Amino acid sequence: MTDLTDVPKTPADLGVAPEPPMRLLGEDGELLAGAADAGITAELTRGLYRDMVLARQFDQDAFNLQRQGELGLWLSCRGQEAAQVGSIRAVRASDHVFPSYREHAAALCRGLEPAELLTQWRGTAHGGWDPSGYRFHLYSLVLSTQLLHATGYALGVAADRRREPGVDEIVLCYFGDGAASQGDANEALNWAAVTGAPLVFFCQNNQWAISTPSAAQSRTPLHVRAAGFGLTATVVDGNDVLAVHAATAAAAARVRAGGPPEFIEAITYRMAGHSTSDDPTRYRDAEEVRRWEERDPVTRVRRLLDARGWAGEEFHTALKEEATALSEATRAACRALAPPPLEDTFRHTLVEETAALRAERERYTAWRESFA
Amino acid sequence: MSTTAEVPAGELTLGAALNAGLRQAMADDESVILVGEDIGALGGVFRVTDGLRAEFGDHRVIDSLLAESGIVGTAIGLALRGYRPVCEIQFDGFVYPAFDQIVSQLAKLRARSGGRLRIPVTIRIPCGGGIGAVEHHSESNEAYFCHTAGLRVVACASPADAHWMIQQAIACDDPVIFYEPKRRYWDKAPVEPGPVPADAPALDQARIARAGADVTVIAYGPAVRVALDAATVAESEGRSLEVIDLRSLSPLDFGTLTASVRKTGRVVVVHEAPTFCGLGAEIAAEITERCFHLLEAPVQRVGGWNTPYPPARTEEHYLPDLDRVLDAVDGTYQY
Repeated sequence: MTDLTDVPKTPADLGVAPEPPMRLLGEDGELLAGAADAGITAELTRGLYRDMVLARQFDQDAFNLQRQGELGLWLSCRGQEAAQVGSIRAVRASDHVFPSYREHAAALCRGLEPAELLTQWRGTAHGGWDPSGYRFHLYSLVLSTQLLHATGYALGVAADRRREPGVDEIVLCYFGDGAASQGDANEALNWAAVTGAPLVFFCQNNQWAISTPSAAQSRTPLHVRAAGFGLTATVVDGNDVLAVHAATAAAAARVRAGGPPEFIEAITYRMAGHSTSDDPTRYRDAEEVRRWEERDPVTRVRRLLDARGWAGEEFHTALKEEATALSEATRAACRALAPPPLEDTFRHTLVEETAALRAERERYTAWRESFA
Repeated sequence: MSTTAEVPAGELTLGAALNAGLRQAMADDESVILVGEDIGALGGVFRVTDGLRAEFGDHRVIDSLLAESGIVGTAIGLALRGYRPVCEIQFDGFVYPAFDQIVSQLAKLRARSGGRLRIPVTIRIPCGGGIGAVEHHSESNEAYFCHTAGLRVVACASPADAHWMIQQAIACDDPVIFYEPKRRYWDKAPVEPGPVPADAPALDQARIARAGADVTVIAYGPAVRVALDAATVAESEGRSLEVIDLRSLSPLDFGTLTASVRKTGRVVVVHEAPTFCGLGAEIAAEITERCFHLLEAPVQRVGGWNTPYPPARTEEHYLPDLDRVLDAVDGTYQY
């Protein structure tokens, strides 16, 4: 019989010690070894910085709109801008993306309009955008369901490749550390590994699943677990946009070339609560938040831009104006979002409205019109 | 040896008719892909996919991992990519791990997308009891799925109809839960394999399996045979039962049902699932609302008891049989 005291206590005891996260940008904004090889340029850095600044502005506006009663709920992505911008900017517009529900920065990079991102939280739709047009699937609120959708979609891409060798799209799938505990996540990681689906799983480990810390969710680091499924796994500093971009670009290139699916664990931090209904002060201390604020992904890049002289005053002024314009557009678009007629729901339940649905819609319409 | 080869020409078992229907759908449309546990080399535990891998290859007849949520979840992704996946769930009682993917994802994506997405996934589920199986192998879980908007739920009952319905389900742009009555897999009847004829009933239409004048007996899936047998016996006792094979459980074809009630004024609903919150309750309520003034008696329900499905040696006392149906028919004359 196994003596429970002999059970390994740490990942190292299990022989699955975590890798140190890949980094290209120091916490003071200095470029680290490997940055030159990773093709880091002033132009790339300025572009990533711009996307992060705009995402933060949008996120702040949405948060404020919730506090003003304009949105029912908001799930802030503050602190995760580098993980999202760095990864989405490393894949092509033709690649299909499956988000979780906090990927606002990634969504903005895909070209989604602020109003489209706010509909779900204002309560005017359960989706809000054309997932096929943007190649950006609807948000998934049930944890980890989208990992299976992404896997299936990638299997479809692989099937297309067999018929048309020119097809070289890949799939990028976001999820969080909490979602990794779900059965669907584990089915998907295994399924993708076994079938060799052209897919990059991107886990934003933001340290907290509402109030449950990562350490209480998993005995092994997530990238180590993914490697156990047979996935090529990378761990990256998720607050280092340059490293995230480089790691994702490399993984995407390998997958695009026909390599097996990849798994990236980005170590980052959710600066706000899980949602605007959450009170993170009940479960985490101010000192922890302060330590992560020092590693803020936006200011880190700003330090690099300033130190290298890669962005002058003109750039920052123009960016500030762009952020202000986005802010005004976001607030106006939010207030303009009106509820759609309930009739639409009857029409969209099935591809063609059945007699039963039509009868219910007509009953509802007659009832409503009886008050006119 | 394939299942088709084992039966006389022109007469197929329900299982073989489904097999021929799947073959037809795959030949008609390259985007049709079959996914399920052991459906390839083995041909499925009921051999419904027998021979299809040899004919269409392992890229179109895919042995899935043993993960039901994965089967449905990846099928959703395949459908988003433009494929028409046909999933096989090995047994009715194994569908529950996929419940979230079916009711929260598959059923809702079209509405969530404001009508922009089509998710043409068919989920085949062998259903019901009567084959002496162990636990979780004899369930009738249709009510769970009928309660969820965004899904079509159908049940085949006869070989020819099964052959057409599986093709209609696969061609349908909505998600379809497709129930196959496992104790009828070996029932034989004439089938003309081929595309769905123009005069076949649509996927959401009920079918009058036997015309009658005195009592309407509504059944679906495995219970249709029971209802037809009851009608034969009732005829010898001087009562004419009209047997309706519902085919579509969601939506329900109340046009056909109320037309029959208008003739008979008496209704018995038969299914294997427990009657409590079962499909019979919905049918009884709707018929009462629509035909109250035509009814000679309350709508009677005959179903499984409100217990877990019992051990195999007792299932004959659980499943609605001919005597219980005839007793309910008698009941409609007690008012």
